[in-house]
Amino acid sequence: MASIHIEDIRKAYGDFHVLHGVDLDIADGEFVVLVGPSGCGKSTLLRMIAGLEEVTSGTIRIDGRRVNDLDPKDRDIAMVFQSYALYPHMSVKDNMSYSLRLRKAAKEKIAGAVNGAAGKLGLEPFMQRRPRALSGGQRQRVAMGRAIVRQPKAFLFDEPLSNLDARLREHMRAEIKKLHKELGATSVYVTHDQIEAMTLADRIVAMNGGVIQQVGSPLDLYDRPANLFVAGFIGSPAMNVFEARYRHAGDAAEAVLGDGTTIRLARAYPVAEGARITIGIRPEHVIVGENGRGIPAVVELVEPTGFGTILHLRLDGVHIKAFSLERQAPASGAAVDIRFAPDRLHVFDENGARIEAGKAP
Amino acid sequence: MRKKRLGLTIAHRLAILAYIVVALFPLFWLLKVSVTPNELLYSEGVRLWPSSTTFQHFSFVLVHSDFPRFFKNSVIVSGGTAIIVTILASLAGYALSRFTFRAKYWIVALMLLTQMFPLVMLVAPIFKMLSPLGLTNSLTGLIIVYVAFNVPFATFLMQSFFDGIPKDLEEAAMIDGATRFMAFRQIILPLTLPGIAATLGFVFTAAWSELLFALMLISGNQAATFPVGLLSFVSKFSVDFGQMMAAGVLALIPACLFFLLIQRYLVQGLTAGAVKG
Repeated sequence: MASIHIEDIRKAYGDFHVLHGVDLDIADGEFVVLVGPSGCGKSTLLRMIAGLEEVTSGTIRIDGRRVNDLDPKDRDIAMVFQSYALYPHMSVKDNMSYSLRLRKAAKEKIAGAVNGAAGKLGLEPFMQRRPRALSGGQRQRVAMGRAIVRQPKAFLFDEPLSNLDARLREHMRAEIKKLHKELGATSVYVTHDQIEAMTLADRIVAMNGGVIQQVGSPLDLYDRPANLFVAGFIGSPAMNVFEARYRHAGDAAEAVLGDGTTIRLARAYPVAEGARITIGIRPEHVIVGENGRGIPAVVELVEPTGFGTILHLRLDGVHIKAFSLERQAPASGAAVDIRFAPDRLHVFDENGARIEAGKAP
Repeated sequence: MRKKRLGLTIAHRLAILAYIVVALFPLFWLLKVSVTPNELLYSEGVRLWPSSTTFQHFSFVLVHSDFPRFFKNSVIVSGGTAIIVTILASLAGYALSRFTFRAKYWIVALMLLTQMFPLVMLVAPIFKMLSPLGLTNSLTGLIIVYVAFNVPFATFLMQSFFDGIPKDLEEAAMIDGATRFMAFRQIILPLTLPGIAATLGFVFTAAWSELLFALMLISGNQAATFPVGLLSFVSKFSVDFGQMMAAGVLALIPACLFFLLIQRYLVQGLTAGAVKG
């Protein structure tokens, strides 16, 4: 197992820049998830670690050794592809043993490693089959098996669950997590699915536009998003955001919306009076009542999920979503009032960066 | 409804039958003439099958004519051309499919350009070039010319087969510990067998039946290929149809055998890419 250090990595195809200087340290045994929308550069970064893309500038070190100019085969990493990339003309067993056979490992060692991996993943009954005779979930397992057989320094996953249906994805997600616990292997996992990111990661790296937006533990990103992008990307349904102006009010402060509605903030923020800010609140922190205390709003749409209820609300042209575990939700078209828990509000400056409360202006 | 469907099926089969008859009739005629004794050829009029048959033409062609040598020459030239072209086209097709490199666009354009000239235009310059090199009247010269003319098309053919194989596969192999060439040889090439068979078959038949260059570059019987050799049955005063047709029938054998061998891959190959998976 090994650590991975990434220093000021840049990638450009001609004049088209994909990564604009990425720095990241991945500790030995850590499970890091790169998450972001399509085209944010997360897969490119992963492929650069794997050696499948050339590094335009910057340094990648695996276990302290600079690997920029090493071929993929010399980096001692394993990768699980979205398409699984199983060799169609080889049996499951041959697929899994290919890397060891290339390394001319002893026959007994190969058999031991392959059988061990097959046992871990429940693949024993399929060892003689070709990949096309397997279901999607089984193929996915073979791809994982092929990666763990070799005991590489690090595992790279490129959206490995994207081709599976929802139920299987959930199942495999748990398996991957279990496997990581068992092997303790350094893992870098790329996904655009924030649930996968939240559930799997020790640390999440949120990326957008070829730049890292925030690095932190899943709950860190959820509770203290560094900017509006992370706030909107992590969490489903997404965080509600409103543009407002900042107003001091004694020890605390207020955010004044366009229509004059004021929202009380728990504490003062280091911003000038009247500055443009964006406030954000997660749907589960929107409290919906029908007793006339709060900001009046109209229910536009009710989405029962079984687990809870998502309410789409409108207040003076602003749309917000509220989530509650209650099933007894107001009906569509009903007039309600909403309140925001002041200590749950997120405040961002006019560039979208998070502002922490309490510091003097 | 059922009747209509039955009618349509019958019409469909009849259409196929008509096509097969039209396509195969010349071959049948070839066979028929090859077994017709000389004395019956003109005396019996037009008949579907002669009143008596003979293998005398075959035995003459095999024993007394130069045909075995033409045949051997053709096998060498066509086989050699097919193998060389397929190797070159596999490598070039892989490069075009997988790599981006400078002047790729122009190389492709140039390769296309070579396919646009009528071959007749090129006969004289090629003769001029090969002659001082001692490559006229030689099988090697013929192979070089055939390879040159077949490589571009075969490259495009192979490229389309490589395009159909996901890049992930060799990337996975390279991460597993293979060099790119090993990944190509162990992972990609086995998956391209249908394409290779199609290319081999295509080039082999093209070279097997090529007449123009064989006629222009080869004089005399020593290095003549089979299509040229066929003309030796045409003399100043007569055409020996029986022997010519017998030679023709014999010449069909290797092509048939070849396609029989590769047809399993060929059908896969020609339909590859039509259906995903």
